Parts: sequence; C-alpha cells; structure tokens
Amino acid sequence: MDLRFTDDELAFRDEVRAFFRSALPDSIRRKMIDGHHPSKEDLVTWSRILNAKGWAVPHWPVEWGGTGWSPVKQYIFREELQKTPAPEPLAFGVNMVGPVIYTFGNDEQKRRFLPRIANLDDWWCQGFSEPGAGSDLASLKMTAKRDGDYYIVNGQKTWTTLAQHADWIFCLVRTDSSVKKQEGISFLLVDMKTPGVTVRPIQTIDGDHEVNEVFFDDVHVPVENLVGKENKGWDYAKFLLSNERVGIARIGISKARLQRVRELASLERIGDVPLIETPRFREKLTAVEIDLKALEMTQLRVVAAESRREKGKPDPASSILKIKGSEIQQATTELLMEVVGPFALPYQPEEDGRNEPFDGPDWASTAAPTYFNWRKVSIYGGSNEIQKNIIAKAILGF
Amino acid sequence: MDFDLSEEQRLLKDSVDRLMADRYDFESRRRYAKEPEGWSRNLWSAYAELGLLALPFDEAYGGFGGGPVETMTIMEAFGRSLALEPYLATVILGGGLLHQGGSEEQKIAYLPQVASGELRLAFAHTERQSRYDLFDVATTAQRDGTGFVLDGQKSVVLHGDSADKILVTARVAGSRRDRAGIGLFLVDANAAGFSRRGYPTQDGQRAAEVTLESVRVDSANVIGDPENALPVVERIADTAMAALAAEAVGAMDEMLQLTVDYLKTRSQFGTTIGSFQVLQHRSSEMFVALEQARSMAMFAAMMAQEENEEERRKAIAAAKVQIGRSGRFVGQQAIQLHGGVGMTMEYKVGHLFKRVTMINTLFGDADHHLSKLAEAGGLMAA
Repeated sequence: MDLRFTDDELAFRDEVRAFFRSALPDSIRRKMIDGHHPSKEDLVTWSRILNAKGWAVPHWPVEWGGTGWSPVKQYIFREELQKTPAPEPLAFGVNMVGPVIYTFGNDEQKRRFLPRIANLDDWWCQGFSEPGAGSDLASLKMTAKRDGDYYIVNGQKTWTTLAQHADWIFCLVRTDSSVKKQEGISFLLVDMKTPGVTVRPIQTIDGDHEVNEVFFDDVHVPVENLVGKENKGWDYAKFLLSNERVGIARIGISKARLQRVRELASLERIGDVPLIETPRFREKLTAVEIDLKALEMTQLRVVAAESRREKGKPDPASSILKIKGSEIQQATTELLMEVVGPFALPYQPEEDGRNEPFDGPDWASTAAPTYFNWRKVSIYGGSNEIQKNIIAKAILGF
Repeated sequence: MDFDLSEEQRLLKDSVDRLMADRYDFESRRRYAKEPEGWSRNLWSAYAELGLLALPFDEAYGGFGGGPVETMTIMEAFGRSLALEPYLATVILGGGLLHQGGSEEQKIAYLPQVASGELRLAFAHTERQSRYDLFDVATTAQRDGTGFVLDGQKSVVLHGDSADKILVTARVAGSRRDRAGIGLFLVDANAAGFSRRGYPTQDGQRAAEVTLESVRVDSANVIGDPENALPVVERIADTAMAALAAEAVGAMDEMLQLTVDYLKTRSQFGTTIGSFQVLQHRSSEMFVALEQARSMAMFAAMMAQEENEEERRKAIAAAKVQIGRSGRFVGQQAIQLHGGVGMTMEYKVGHLFKRVTMINTLFGDADHHLSKLAEAGGLMAA
C-alpha cells in the first residue's frame, strides 16, 4: 500500500497543470474564478483546444480518441482541470452518450457521432427525466412507435440541461408498454432540428436559464438512430448513470472554491480582523476541508479499484462520492455566501445588465446565485436519497 | 498510488484476523476482562508468538521493521474485537518512544524485551491541568548529580497499573506551558517514591493515577535530550493517533455490521425492521461515515512517518477530527437502531460505542484538533 502518487504520476500532474494554465484563454479562466457560467462559445473554444492536444476524451477507447491513461491519471487530469479552474468538457457528449455509442452502438454510429462529440461539433443534451418520471425514471412515458423506416416520437422531456444550445438529444423512449416497465425502453438519438421538437426554457431559482422542457410532437426519427437493441435501453441507461457518478464528487471544483473562499475571507474584515482569522469561520472552513480530504481519499480508493472491476459494473461505493461530493459542494457555496455578507443581496443577472451597479466587490454578485443553483447537485444524477437506497441494497444487502 | 496490501501485509492481516476470530469473541473478552490485570496474559503471549509485539521495531532490536500500514492492520482487528491488552501502551507508545528517542544502549536493553512480551510499558503524560496539551507539564525533574529527581502527579495513564516501567514527561527547565525544557524519563514501577492507583476505564480497559515523590532516575534512564523531548513525544503521539484511528475504524465497522444484521432479523409490525426505508437510510449514512473514517485512517497511516512535521501534524489532526465525528455518529446510531438491547451491558454494540467514544478523548478530541488545525491555517492552505 502506497498512497502517494508515483514519480511518473507526479510528472504527469505537472504536465497537465502547465498545459491547462497556458492553454486556457484568460477570459474564460476569469469567468470561472468569478463563478460565472462559461458561454457556449467558451466551451466550444476550450473543447477544441483540448481536442487538438488529443485530450478531449481521455477515457475513451484509444481508437476513438482516448489516451489509454490509467484510472489514476484520468483522475489527476480531471482534478487538475477543475482546479485550474477550466470548464469541464460537455458531459452529455463525452461522458454520457459517447460511451454508450462506443459500447453499444454500431460502427456507422461510432464513425458518425464520436469524432463530432470529441470536437464539440455536435452539442448533445440528455432526454431522460419526464414530468412523471424523476427518481422513478423507468416509469417514463414518451413513446416511439415504429412506422416503416422511422420511429414516431411523442411526449415530453424535462430538466434538459442546455438544450437551448443542443444539436442532438439522446432519449429514453417507450417502445413497448405491454411489458415490465424496465423492459420496454429504448435508447434513441434525435436531431434537435427535426420538425416537432420544441424547447421551452425553465428559469431556475438563481435566475438563470440552464434547464428546459423539450416537447416532441410526431417527431420522425430514422430507425438507424436507435442505439443497440430495441427495448434494451434501460441497460444502456444504467450503464450511463454509473458513468455519470464517476467524477461526480467534483473534488477539484470544491478545492478551487475553498481556495477562493480562503482568499476572499482574508480580504473581508470584521472590524479590523480578517474574517479568516475569526475562530468560528476558520473552523467551519477547516471542517469542510477535512471532509473533502476524506472524500478525496475515498475517491482514490474507488479509482484504484477501477482497473480490477468488471467493465460496466459500477462500484456501489461511488454512491458515497455522490452523497458527500454534493454535500461538500453545497457547503462551499454556503461559505462563499457567508464571506460576501451583505453584498450577497443585490441581484445582478448575467444576461441582463439593466440593474443598477452596487458598491460591493465584483465577485460578490455570483455568491447567492451559486448557492441557490448548487442546491441542484444533491438532486440530479440520482438524488442523494436514491443513493442511500443504492447503498442499502447493493452494499448493506437490505 | 496503490491501496492494496503487500503479500506480507496480507499474511499478517489473515493471521491476526484468524487469531481474533478464534480467541476473541465477545464471551471470551468478558472472561479476559476478569483476569487480575484486566486483560489476557495468554493472548499477550499469542501476540508475541505472532510477532505483533515486535512489529514496529527495527530488526536490530528483535523487531520486524513494520510500518504504519502493518500497525493499521493489527489495530483494526483489535478494534473489531475490542481487545483489552496493553498493545497501544506498551508497543505503540512505550516502545515507540524508546525506539524513536532512546539511545542505542536503551533500545538494545528494552526493545527485545518488549518484542518477547516480557516487558510492559506505559506512557504518563496527562496531568490535572494539561487537558490535551502534551507540552503542559507541571511535573518537575530536578538535576541531581548525573541523574534527576522527579516530583508530580500523572493522571489517566493507560495501562499504567500493570506496566513494569513507565515513561514520564517532566519539566527540567522553563515554565509550565513552555515547549522547551521537557524531559522524558523511564521510571521503574518499583522505584522508591513511585506509587500508583489502578482503576478500570469506561471502555473496559485499565488506567492508573501515578504519583512521583522524589523518584530518582539515573542518567541511563533519561530518554533523549532531557530539555527537548517534546518533538519525540509529539511524533509518537501522532503515531498513536494513526493507530487509534484504525482501531476506531475496526470498531465502527463491527458496529455497522451488528446493526445491519440486527435490522435484518428483528421483527416488528409483522416484518423485519430492516425493510423500513428510514432505517435503511440511517444505515447508509453510517456506512458513508465509516468509509470516510476509513479513508482518513489510511491517510493518517500514510502520513504518520512524514518527516515534514507541519504536514504530518495537520494530517493526523484532520484524521482525528474525522474519526471523532464519524465515531460519534456511527456509535450513537448503532445504539439507536438497536433500541433497548443496544443499551445493555450484555450486548457487544454498547461496548464498541464506549470504546470509540473514549478513543475520541485520547490525545485530543475532534474539537481540539479542529481548532488547532484551523489556527494553523487549515488543511489545504499549504
């Protein structure tokens, strides 16, 4: 047992760190530090920089652009990226539909979609949740009826993140309603430009437009856009969701934000004393750091065990990563709110410069929206309550 | 990066686990506790035969050159079985102080005896006013020719009632809370002026109050620099905390297992209570707390021999905070989920709860270490 990184791993860390520092455009880095969302153009720019370097999809098979790195190196890569802080490549493409396509798709689909995902030529979004199918995802109702060379798709998806930018959506659709609910689901790729697809924004409590409803009204989808076998979509969905939990701890992001909290808490003063020197605040901050350290070690345990695990079988311990990772991310946003103090109050939406400017520091304006927005992390990706169900069943054997 | 045990470490783990499974079920433990010293001489011999008492020492002193990972492996098994023997007091603390701070002659004289099981040691550091500050030492050591004369009171000396020799911190120079001026002395339990009162601790182990009245210690029994022993003491305290973290993990693991087993068999409202989601979720939360503690126990083991003192201290403090918090949560919930039976002396889970509760109070509780760590600039600032 040696929990230190090897010399080779340390050299690798220095290499990726140096690359991220030099290659990420300053304007994007500034936005990330200040807690603003990167724009679509920012993400496209950054993804193409990564792709040109050959690092857009490190975890993919080498023939489709992967790097062949060990799980530990992939972890280091992800963490350094988050710590920069640089935008993460669009998860819906590179972490979700990409792996489903190269694992279950046919050769034509691989050739057609994978290179365009890696280069962010196609912006993908995820069509899983429906108004009546959230935690109970398998109860989804959107139908796809076979009609010659097409599926005719009708229904609604919701919580569709960044669908307003999307070229494609991957959907779970019901292709057989006469069987057990998990057994009549298929995995379908839909071009967002197809007639009958309508995107309607949902404004979230932070005032932002991140998620959407997507309506499908007699949408004709060519049968070649079915991934794998008809009615096997639930298996692919479970595969996808387990991939989603890898990296969901977002340790690098929490590290970067705690760093930011520490910096800002040494600028803000209570009387003459920097906030960071008040015992109550610094103990609260330190407690979160300890939690994060423990989670980092837990994450590394999961990563180290990854190479020995059967492909596609998730480690149920990754549910710990989801639960603690989201709790810690949320705690960091609370700390940031506390640092900002009264200047958390003015509402300065990003896409709307009409509000009068305020006298507080620039960095204050994102504190409250980030805190509000981050309540999502214990809900998405299988809510924390669902994760506790998974631990209870898969690990504790209830 | 490698979380696997080596072949030798796995063999060690297997043999310790087997020994404890064969000879340390809860009923046996109850018997051992009733033996004159409050622990089992037979098991102590068995540990010696397995080489556990020699484990952390260099081969030159009859040891096996084991490191913190080997210690972690043993302590986790001890934690699961609630072992009563003075392993921490004798091997980790007493042996550790001699190994780290003693002269060549002292190591050759004493460590082989520790390894063979003949010599039992204890470490006397706590005083009425010191709380968790190892540097807060009122006990005095006056120079007397080439030796010293010790006067003072030491409290809650783990296994101090049965130790043959006791390592004692005493102030040679400076005022009560100075970091400099502290010496470390090896005092024989039969020395003139040495007296002790042994008693059981809340977790079923033993401790003693120690009184030193003009106890003479000759120069051969001064451990290290008589005016600067604190670095050695703090280093071994760190080693001990890493060991205790592993012991706590073993105890927590056992509590979770007992609890889950109980929930699967206890029937109420016509069904096993483990079918209720509220209890499943609580168990999952215990699992998360346990695994976070396990991760930090591993981190502590990795950092226990870190030469950079500041980094080492931060890591150990962080682990102690995690262990304290996880231990409290897992322990309290284990009792809660067992209901009334968890409250009884007859049942193991309460004893595990008491042990992790007491581990929190050894060498500083969670709040103590949190506040120290925060004062030092936090865990990630460096």
